[in-house]
Amino acid sequence: MIKFNQVNKRYPGGYQALKNVSFNIAEGEMVFLTGHSGAGKSTLLKLIAAIERPNSGIVLVNNQNVGVLKERALPYLRRNLGIIFQDHKLLFDRNVFDNVLLPLQICGFDHRESAKRVRAALDKVGLLKREKSNPIALSGGEQQRLCIARAIVNRPSILLADEPTGNLDAAYAQEIMAIFKSFHQVGATLLISTHDTSVLQDTRVRTIDLKNGELQAAPAPGDQSKS
Amino acid sequence: MMHALVQHLGVMRTVLHRIFSSQLGGFFNILVIGIALSLPAGMYLLLQNAQGLVEQLSGTPQISLFLSLDAKADDADKLRRLLAQHPAVSRVEFVSRADALEQLKHSTGLADVIGGLQQNPLPDAFIVYPKPVGAQALETLRNELAKMPRVDQAQLDSAWAYKLEAILKFGRVVALILAGMLSLALVAITFNTIRLQILTQSSEIEVSKLIGATNSFIRRPFLYFGATQGLLGGIMAWIIITFSLLLLNLQLKALAELYASHFVLHPLSWGDSLSLLLFSMYLGWLGAWLSVSRHLSQIEPR
Repeated sequence: MIKFNQVNKRYPGGYQALKNVSFNIAEGEMVFLTGHSGAGKSTLLKLIAAIERPNSGIVLVNNQNVGVLKERALPYLRRNLGIIFQDHKLLFDRNVFDNVLLPLQICGFDHRESAKRVRAALDKVGLLKREKSNPIALSGGEQQRLCIARAIVNRPSILLADEPTGNLDAAYAQEIMAIFKSFHQVGATLLISTHDTSVLQDTRVRTIDLKNGELQAAPAPGDQSKS
Repeated sequence: MMHALVQHLGVMRTVLHRIFSSQLGGFFNILVIGIALSLPAGMYLLLQNAQGLVEQLSGTPQISLFLSLDAKADDADKLRRLLAQHPAVSRVEFVSRADALEQLKHSTGLADVIGGLQQNPLPDAFIVYPKPVGAQALETLRNELAKMPRVDQAQLDSAWAYKLEAILKFGRVVALILAGMLSLALVAITFNTIRLQILTQSSEIEVSKLIGATNSFIRRPFLYFGATQGLLGGIMAWIIITFSLLLLNLQLKALAELYASHFVLHPLSWGDSLSLLLFSMYLGWLGAWLSVSRHLSQIEPR
């Protein structure tokens, strides 16, 4: 589903964010991306969504080489991805419902179907009762869940989450993780970045560990065999 | 198909909401566009009315031929026959010097003064009605008639109308230049409005790009906004022009009555009104398009 092959990313100015990174994530897998801040986690996620392009190496998503994807093809790649941003990127000029509605508007769903899907997504993250609120009135944890609802409303096959539990307390973080697990169970591919390894303690999932832009961890079972 | 239509209607609803929810700001934009458009369009309308007036007045041009004072009656007769045979002349009217003096006495109230004259100072005259031809041909005819025997002076009575037409032509060029400049202003207004909108909505644009919006999806509301604002500005211009015309006609009616005329200014025709609206709509769209093309690429997700 997602494959990196000797990917290098250097930002203008010379900062090398990723060095020779290779890994493979199979369809339906749930993978944690760990490492200290500045280790290159966000950059790696941005490469998958083609928000940044690699300087060398190949990034394959759904067998598409996204590193060389044409500008015009980007929207259709991104519709297949649900992205949960570190800084949420919620829109404060509209209510919770309309925030979640946006991806469906972009894809051109009709009104009734959209409303149904939005409510289903909000229900899944437990925000159904807040649909009329402005996101600014939500707590940090609720904003995070709203961001998840927006990412999943389009039923993408791949979910990318950048520090979804970043500044939440442990109880909230566990709640968020439970939501992710439920997506994993219905077959979505998940890549979740976190610097907070405490949320991983009770979960037995594969991790990809980055340090200064280089891959650290030994690959989890069943990884290298596929390519 | 239905999908696309619903989506477009949705965009339209958002756009109208944006225009009308900004209340005064949006209204003033439309007012500025309306005023900018009403100047050249109103000028065009006035010129067109003047044009109609000129055509009405110069519809039957006449050439007055004044004979020399020493011309005899059979000189006049000869000339009359000559004129009647001329291929470019449709009708000839003879006004004898006695008749002319009589007319002058009656129409000017100068009977006393004229009665005191030793002799009749007026010459015999012919009023020549030429067959309908252009201004150039009339001038040639006048020159030709002036050279006829015993003719002292030939005067083209509608000459002033042609002069007025030349002035109108000049006015039309002025209107055109004005229209060109104010159209640019309209494009600039829309350009700037859209630029500000893009700036205030940069986060929405960024998020939309991140979750898979195509460029045309992002562009659409701005283009619709520009076109709608242009259209509303055009309607505003139409209202300004029509209302001004009503006011002018009120005054003009009193003036025209003094001249025993029924002259009124005609409003914009349906065709011209439609052209005005379509043109302003297009200009708004153009301004929006330029602005969006210029500014949208600057908002790339990071």
